[in-house]
Amino acid sequence: MLLNVLALLQEPAAAAAAGKGYALIGAGLAAGLAVLGAGVGIGRIGGQAVEGMARQPENSARIQTAMIIAAALVEGVALFAAVVAFVMQGKVQF
Amino acid sequence: MSRLGPRCVIAVLLALAGRTATAQERAPAPRPSNEIDIMEHLGNSHSIELPSWKAPYYVVKQLPRLPPIHVGGVTIDLSPTRHAVFLTLAAVLVALVFLYTSRGVARAQAQGRPPRGFAAAMEAMVLYIRQEVILPNVGPHGEGYVNYLLTVFFFILTCNLLGLLPWSATPTSNIAVTGAMALVSFAVIEISGMRALGLNGYLGTIFFLPAGLPTLLKPVMLVIMTPIEIIGKLAKPFALAVRLFANMTAGHVVVLALIGLTFFFQSYLVGVAASAMATGIMLLELFVAFLQAFVFTLLTSVFIGLMRAEH
Repeated sequence: MLLNVLALLQEPAAAAAAGKGYALIGAGLAAGLAVLGAGVGIGRIGGQAVEGMARQPENSARIQTAMIIAAALVEGVALFAAVVAFVMQGKVQF
Repeated sequence: MSRLGPRCVIAVLLALAGRTATAQERAPAPRPSNEIDIMEHLGNSHSIELPSWKAPYYVVKQLPRLPPIHVGGVTIDLSPTRHAVFLTLAAVLVALVFLYTSRGVARAQAQGRPPRGFAAAMEAMVLYIRQEVILPNVGPHGEGYVNYLLTVFFFILTCNLLGLLPWSATPTSNIAVTGAMALVSFAVIEISGMRALGLNGYLGTIFFLPAGLPTLLKPVMLVIMTPIEIIGKLAKPFALAVRLFANMTAGHVVVLALIGLTFFFQSYLVGVAASAMATGIMLLELFVAFLQAFVFTLLTSVFIGLMRAEH
């Protein structure tokens, strides 16, 4: 595998190829940063939901349903970015 | 007339799935032998893999290609593709399971006892979705929407679960399929609004004018708020489609990438570790299959309830 990496490093880096490499870096950053946002959002939702259930255990079922709804909505938005990243990396042809 | 609607939906889905297949067949790049082609496994194609007795335990069967139909200026290719075959399989499965279940439940109720076994399990799921998800959210007198929403839930669930079996495909990992389902949900939501509010009330949700606004500000309000309201109406089903599509595709991409690690490193140790991780991801995929069907149904019922309760 190291030989493959060395061969890639020594390929003549034409200006056109450099642009396509940047596109792939952008796609990776898009997917990663989207996961960051989703993690923070869903973590907060989960934390507040568990805290609410601890305060009033008789409402646990309703709180859990609301938590699932909110988590699915936040995750849907993060997956928009993942889809964009996927389309970007699919369009790159070396 | 009652069977015309579902047949139109199925025809639309088949046509769209065929177009997606031809679009994704263009020019796959030649791959070195230690990599697997993720998009070929996930995307639509004109072949299906059937299990067989001989190693490597599957055969690739080419699906029949039908001649394209020219309607007006549009060419429609109705040849069955992999996703279309699995869509039909999911529809047949849901129909058979619930015909069997309803007969069992009816027979038990005629004898004055609750149903047992598989029929009881299906009845429990149906009742949970009906009582806890659909009826509280669509508002008063919402029993008419229960049929459509239960169909959506079980159809999406079956499509998602089919993708977890070996050598099968997930129909809902095709944006055309989820787009068509979101389109039908959009139609149900808007028509429910038109029926509950009347035409004037429904147009009031688009051209939004709060009461007590000075007459000079009314055109300003209309010009600013109308595009926002229209985009809001279109964004909700778009989000439904993309959420389901992305969840299904992303799960399978992760599993295929982990399995592909084994082939990339050509090592047994990596194979064991990668398969353990892939098993964990597949369990998460099982949960996500149920959750995404639940969320699609829940959000559609919430949107229907919001439209009906505008007054």
